[in-house]
Amino acid sequence: METWSRSRGDKLFDWTNIMFFLLILGIVIYPLYFIIIASFSDPDLVNAGKVLLIPQDISWIGYERIFGDAEIWNGYKNSIMYTVLGTIFRVSLIITGGYALSRKDLPMAGTLMLLILFTMFFHGGLIPTYLLVKELGMVDTMWAMIVPGAVSVYQLIIVRSFFQSNIPQEMLEAAMMDGCGNFKFFLRMVLPLSLPIIAVMVLFNAVAMWNSYFQALIYLNDASLHPLQIVLRKILIISEAQLDLIDASGDAAEEQKVSELIKYGMVVVSSLPVLVLYPFLQRYFVKGVMIGSVKG
Amino acid sequence: MLNRWKRHYELYLLLLPTLLYFAVFEYGPIYGLQIAFKNFAPFKGISGSPWVGFDNFLRFFDSYKFWDVLVNTLTISVYELLLFPIPVILALLINQLTSKRFKKLVQTVTYAPHFISTVVIVGMLNLFLSPRNGIINQLLETLGLETIFFMAKPDWFASIFVWSGVWQNAGWGTIIYLAALTSINPELHESAVVDGASKIKRILYIDLPSIMPTVIVLLILSVGNFMSVGFEKVYLMQNPLNVSSAEVIQTYVYKTGLIGAQYSYSAAIGMFNSIVNCLLLLMVNFLAKRFGQNSLW
Repeated sequence: METWSRSRGDKLFDWTNIMFFLLILGIVIYPLYFIIIASFSDPDLVNAGKVLLIPQDISWIGYERIFGDAEIWNGYKNSIMYTVLGTIFRVSLIITGGYALSRKDLPMAGTLMLLILFTMFFHGGLIPTYLLVKELGMVDTMWAMIVPGAVSVYQLIIVRSFFQSNIPQEMLEAAMMDGCGNFKFFLRMVLPLSLPIIAVMVLFNAVAMWNSYFQALIYLNDASLHPLQIVLRKILIISEAQLDLIDASGDAAEEQKVSELIKYGMVVVSSLPVLVLYPFLQRYFVKGVMIGSVKG
Repeated sequence: MLNRWKRHYELYLLLLPTLLYFAVFEYGPIYGLQIAFKNFAPFKGISGSPWVGFDNFLRFFDSYKFWDVLVNTLTISVYELLLFPIPVILALLINQLTSKRFKKLVQTVTYAPHFISTVVIVGMLNLFLSPRNGIINQLLETLGLETIFFMAKPDWFASIFVWSGVWQNAGWGTIIYLAALTSINPELHESAVVDGASKIKRILYIDLPSIMPTVIVLLILSVGNFMSVGFEKVYLMQNPLNVSSAEVIQTYVYKTGLIGAQYSYSAAIGMFNSIVNCLLLLMVNFLAKRFGQNSLW
C-alpha cells in the first residue's frame, strides 16, 4: 500500500515538473519568437494584436532600412573591431597572468594574489577611473574600449585554478631538468594543454565585449567610434536615431509604423549572431562556470 | 636569493602585463579616490587640489537626494535578494527531470537569454510594455482591464527591473547548482529510495543540504554587491517619469559626476557605496562562519 502511494506521488511530481518546465520554456521562448515574427509582419497588425503566432503580411521594409543605414553598419564595424582586439588583449593578460600566479614557486605569489583579490571587493569607482582614463589620453580612442576593465579577478582565479589542477608538477620538474626555460615551457607545454580554458575565456570575453555599452557611453563622445550597442540604445531606447532613418518625404503615421519594425528588426539583427552560435558553444560556457565553482 | 630571482624572471615577465594592469587600472583609481576628501579641480590635479575632510560625504548625507537614492537602491537590492532562491529551486527541479533530452532542452533554452545585451533587454521591455502597441497592454485590453503605462510608473519600476532580470538570468544561475548536484553520492538516493522516501523528501533532505555550501558562498558574494544593483540596466530603464524610484546610488554618481562634473562630490558618494558593500560582505561572511556554514575565507 505504502509503496503504491509513494510511486504514485512520484509520478504526479514528475508530470507536474514537466508541465512546469513546459510553461517555463514558453515564457523564455515566446518573447524572442514574437520579436522575430513582429520584425517582418505588417506593423498595423502587430499593433492590433493580430500577430501572435504566425507572421502576417510579410514586409521587409524594416530590414531594408536597417541595412541601408550607415550608422548601423559603422556600429557593427566598430563592435567587431573592439570585440576582436579587446578579446585578444583580455585573454592574453588573463592566461599569462593566471599561469604565472598558479606557480607555487613564484616568489611573492601569495602577496600578489592578495593584492589582486582585494580589488575584487574594493574599487576606486566610476569617477576616479574616468579621471584616470582621461588623464591617460584614452578618451575618444578605441583604447578606452579595450584597456579599462580588461582583467576580471574572477576569471583570473578560474584560470589559475585550471592551471593548478591541469599542469602536473612533475612535468615542470622534468622540463626544468632538461634545461627548458619558463618561456619555452609556457609556449611549448602549457599553451597546448590550455586550449579548453582559452576557448572558455575567449567566449566569455567576446560576449561581454559585444554586449557592453556603458564604457562606450562614458568614454566615447565621437559618434564615428560608437559600437553597435550605443547605436541600438539610440534606436531602441532614446529613439532619436529614428529621425535619421525616417524618410522625410513620407507621411508621419506611415513612418511611425516603420520605426516599430526597425526596432524589432534591430533586436534581431544585434542578438541573432550570439543566440544562433550559442547552442553550439554552450558546453564551453557551462564548463567555464563549473571550473569556477570548484574553487570560487 | 639572486639565483631564485634569476630563475624566475621569465615568470615575472609573463606576469608583468597583468600586474601593470592592476597597478594602473585598479590601484590607480583607488589612489585617485582621495579626491573624495578634496575639492578637486581638474587644472590643479589630484595631488594639487585642497583637502576638505569629510565635507563631500556630509553634503551627501545632508542632501534631500540621500534618502531617495538610498531607499531606491535598498528596495531593488532587497527585492533581488528575496528572489535569490529562484535559481536554487529551478536547479533542484531540473535535476529531477527524468528525460535526458528534455533536461538538455530546458537547460539550453533557459541559459540563452543570459547572452542578450542589457540594451536589447531594455529595448524589449519598452516594446512589450508600450502603452499603445505593447503586447502586454493589448492583452490587458482584451481582458477588459485598464492599460498601464508600465515604464512611466514609479511603482512598477522595481518589479519590472527585478523580474526581467529573473527572466534573463535565473536559468544561467542554475549551472553552478546543477554542477553541485551531480557530485552528490548516488548511494544516498538509492538508500533513501529503499527506505521509502518520496522525491520531494529526497530533494528536501538530500539534494538541498548537499548544495547548501554552494548556495551560501553565492549568497555571500551577492551580498557583497548588494548596493551596486545592475546600474547599467537601471540607467537604461530610467525616464523622466519614473526617475523618482529609478535613481539609485550608482546612477546618481554617474549623473552628478560625469554629466554634472562634480567630481569630488560624486567620488565621495561612490566611496560610500563601496564601503557599505565591503562591510556587508565582511558581516555576512562572519555570520556564515559563526553558524558553521561555508565561508569565503
